[in-house]
Amino acid sequence: MQLWLIPIFPLLGAALNGFTGRRTSQGIQSAIAVGSVLLSFLWVLNILLNSMPAPGAEIRESYFTWISSGNFSLSVDLVVDRLTAVMLLVVTGIGTLIHIYATSYMSHEGGFYRFFTYLNLFMFFMLVLVMSGNFLLLFVGWEGVGLCSYLLIGFYFLKKSASDAGKKAFIVNRIGDFGVLLAMLLLINTFGSLDFKTIADKVKTMPVELSAGILTAICLLLLLGAAGKSAQIPLYTWLPDAMEGPTPVSALIHAATMVTAGVYLCCRASALFEHAPIAQDTVAYIGLATAFFAATIGLVQNDIKKVYAYSTVSQLGFMFLAVGSGAYAAAIFHVVTHAFFKALLFLGSGSVIHALEGEQDMRHMGGLRGKLPITFFTLLMGALAIAGFPFFSGWYSKEAILSAAHAHSPWMFWVAALTAMMTAFYVFRTIWLTFFGEYKGHAHPHESPAAMWIPLAVLAVLSVVGGFLFNVPHFLEGVLPAHAHGHDMTLEIIGSSAGLLGIALSYLFYVASPGLADSFAESFSGLYNLVYNKYFVDEVYDAAVVHPLERTSRGFLWKFLDQNVIDEGMVHGASSGALGLGSLLRLLQGGVVRNYATWVVLGAVFIFSAFSLLGGAR
Amino acid sequence: MNILAILLLLPLIGFVAALILPAAVTKRFVLGFSLLIFAVSLLLIGTTVQNPAGMTWVTDTAWIDTPAIRFHIGVDGASLWLVILSAFLTPFAAYISQKTIVHRQKEFYAYLLLLEFGLIGVFCSLDLFLYYVFWEVVLVPMYFLIGIWGGERRIYAATKFFVYTMAGSMLMLVAILYIYTKAGTFDLPAILLQMEAGKVAFTQAEELALFLAFFLAFAVKVPIFPLHTWLPDAYAEAPTAATFLMAAVMSKMGTYSLLRFNLNLFPNASHDCAPWIVVLAIIGIVYGALVALVQPNMKRLVAYSSISHLGFVVLGLFSGNQFGLDGAVYQMLCHAISTGALFILIGYLQDRKQSLEIADFGGLATPAPNFAIVFLIATLASIGLPLLNNFVGEFLILQGAAKANIWWAAFAALGVVLSACYMLWFYQRTFLGEAKSAFTDLRPTEWLTITPLLVLMLWMGIFTQTWLPGISASNKVLLERPTSKIALQVAQ
Repeated sequence: MQLWLIPIFPLLGAALNGFTGRRTSQGIQSAIAVGSVLLSFLWVLNILLNSMPAPGAEIRESYFTWISSGNFSLSVDLVVDRLTAVMLLVVTGIGTLIHIYATSYMSHEGGFYRFFTYLNLFMFFMLVLVMSGNFLLLFVGWEGVGLCSYLLIGFYFLKKSASDAGKKAFIVNRIGDFGVLLAMLLLINTFGSLDFKTIADKVKTMPVELSAGILTAICLLLLLGAAGKSAQIPLYTWLPDAMEGPTPVSALIHAATMVTAGVYLCCRASALFEHAPIAQDTVAYIGLATAFFAATIGLVQNDIKKVYAYSTVSQLGFMFLAVGSGAYAAAIFHVVTHAFFKALLFLGSGSVIHALEGEQDMRHMGGLRGKLPITFFTLLMGALAIAGFPFFSGWYSKEAILSAAHAHSPWMFWVAALTAMMTAFYVFRTIWLTFFGEYKGHAHPHESPAAMWIPLAVLAVLSVVGGFLFNVPHFLEGVLPAHAHGHDMTLEIIGSSAGLLGIALSYLFYVASPGLADSFAESFSGLYNLVYNKYFVDEVYDAAVVHPLERTSRGFLWKFLDQNVIDEGMVHGASSGALGLGSLLRLLQGGVVRNYATWVVLGAVFIFSAFSLLGGAR
Repeated sequence: MNILAILLLLPLIGFVAALILPAAVTKRFVLGFSLLIFAVSLLLIGTTVQNPAGMTWVTDTAWIDTPAIRFHIGVDGASLWLVILSAFLTPFAAYISQKTIVHRQKEFYAYLLLLEFGLIGVFCSLDLFLYYVFWEVVLVPMYFLIGIWGGERRIYAATKFFVYTMAGSMLMLVAILYIYTKAGTFDLPAILLQMEAGKVAFTQAEELALFLAFFLAFAVKVPIFPLHTWLPDAYAEAPTAATFLMAAVMSKMGTYSLLRFNLNLFPNASHDCAPWIVVLAIIGIVYGALVALVQPNMKRLVAYSSISHLGFVVLGLFSGNQFGLDGAVYQMLCHAISTGALFILIGYLQDRKQSLEIADFGGLATPAPNFAIVFLIATLASIGLPLLNNFVGEFLILQGAAKANIWWAAFAALGVVLSACYMLWFYQRTFLGEAKSAFTDLRPTEWLTITPLLVLMLWMGIFTQTWLPGISASNKVLLERPTSKIALQVAQ
């Protein structure tokens, strides 16, 4: 089926723009960038329409041996099964829309071709990630998307905050990658293979007493990696900073695709997680905690992109909660719907920012409803979807997650429902502050061009009908481990009302009685400051890890240990010792023969006694 | 006469010729001649890759009758690539010096060929005494390269380098002589055969002492913590070409020799000492990375990073299994390319600004975008990004370590995290931000130099099968030798 064509198109696009971009026009660059991703999308459609793999089946193509050592060898395998099919459609489909949007959004920015080179390169790595047949090739994509994320966050590299954010993203992700790397080592130790299918087969026949410890370790290490890539506690801090990148990047990489790779990884490794209940529970706890705390931070941010960033962290938490509850298909369902509405929210916010000439602070917005009608309407659809308004896309996937959480443990359902309410609250807060009330800025807002609003419109349609249209859990039946739990009307009603209540509350706070939010913040100023400052987690990490590491390395390891102890003390010590010894030995050579004779005798005595002590001369 | 023997003698001939020829043509002569040597070295590949397990291109004739020292050389699947590496990188050293070395050119270029002679000799000698001669030959040109054409503290650095290495290798000479008294020969394959037949056996104490004598010499050369403090001085003070050759090729003398001699000759001591050496290797990995993090001087930064990377190689060697050994050999080649490229690029930075302090740079990506991209690729290779070369070596090494003891791998993998920290910070401070002043982008000659290295980074990261099967086959011989088979399997 020529699966390799899917990732290769964007790679070629990146190479073309990368090498020729300095001499070509923006039109040509856009055509290459969008065209290459569109070709991938079409090729995906062609493959899936002609030979959609049955549940449990896969299309596999093996190209060449990548790494070998002794009897071990690992080949470059691309695989399409139903899980990959879903991811492929999301990545190439949403990717195409965002590329189109970006051609307009970035048209006034310097480094146009550089941007699209990175963006196409990202698509290549993301496609490798989701199509890989084994962990190591997945890791190629995994690291590759991390690299592109680094490059694109730091796209405005003249700004220190941007290059700092890029570096932070890369390094925090590296901490996660450390986990994936170790997990792979343990997998080879345990199964002698990194192939998904081989491992899934072997793990079934593995005796429980052998598997429990090692599988738990492997899964926890994978979770560390997933937490890095998908911005979960404790490694989420890079994602809000990542908003330094251009908005299309936030939409594509830091909302719709790359950050869901951690969820994808857990689903790929579901056979392992199913046999490691402790690790699986940990996934649920981390997901729930992340969902909740990120949502609280999202309630009070003033930068519209920051709100959506924390929202992404929170929504990814929902997906982890699903994985931890054993509802893998629900997690992937939410990956899909989230890709629709969160890409829409980011692109919509980009349209607002674009209209306001770069303004991101919602306190300087307001009343834009009339000036940006398309943006307003589409953004509203996205907000309704993420808020879980009944029969919008987000509603379907969120209900699936809530009911899975309830089956796992009821209290989790309640925390998740509360989080869902907060989600609706903060998202509608952005809508009210941006589009309602009086305009408080000084720019001259204008609606965005068609290349920007058409993707918005498509995503808005998907956000509305995507959940109803694409029954992802049904599609994935027999692909991922499933836990039976039926529809519980009560739970659905509670879940839906949580969203509606959140919308209503934010209406009350920001439209009906606008002073309420401020007076609330004043009366709980301690709590407000704590949350507004993101619980000071960055500051704690800096104080507890970054600064001590740097100080110890400089003060202790380098200046003291390396320069003073080893170099001054031992090395120069040895050389001055040798000099001293030399001057001592000089005393022995006084030229007086009688003294020499004495030394000869003493030496002989010493040697013989040493020999006898050591067991005699044999 | 066989090609390997010719290849070995060519640099010596070139050295003499360079001394005789008029000074005006030396630099072009040496460049051309070293390229010729490289071309000759490529002729070795076919045969050796066909039979990587055994020794190929063997020349074995008497050199000195009493004591019986033989001119015995040959290459197998592992050493082949180190020989070619030496031949491949020497022209780079000659080329990058064409403009920067202005005084005493004749000697400079002559020394490059003498160095190449020593390096190739070390990698193909199969006679202990012959090997020792080459080992010491390397020292001489490098001492002068640092001492004559180095930076401000060149005399200090050169002396330190010389004394350190010399002190290490004296004991090795004693050990070699001791082995001769036991085995009656300096010939490595002959000694190994005698050991397999049980004709030569060392007591535990003897083996340990001999092992340590060899180990010390190699540990200085690699260097292994805490014998590393000559390295930052030597790397920082040496001219670019010498730093380049030291980091890329000379450091591999130590790791290669650990493989060829310590693991082959003293399997039991290797086994007993492995945990200790691994601890030193891991300390080196983490320590080198942490100290690299805070270096204000870019050459020193990469020097310390080199200590960290070479710690991986030592870790792989003493993991004592196929993964570890294959990874170690592969990583020797990969490190040569990626660190070599970094030092060349740093040399270009130094040429333009006459400084090595990171603080003197900044924002170079705006005036020199190509330079920034090329440097980024070298940086990414150095931090082990998949599809670039170092990843393959480090992955195999970590797998080897994990087979022996998962905690070894866990601690060593910290080095992978830290490498991203120091390299990206370095990159940020040098290339990102507002441009401070005008800066020339890569020149055509510089493109010409760096492009082959970039291509190799990708090639070695993706098409590993060019190298790995041969390396694997020759390591397998070592692992399956009757004397070492059991001993090298470190307990889980």
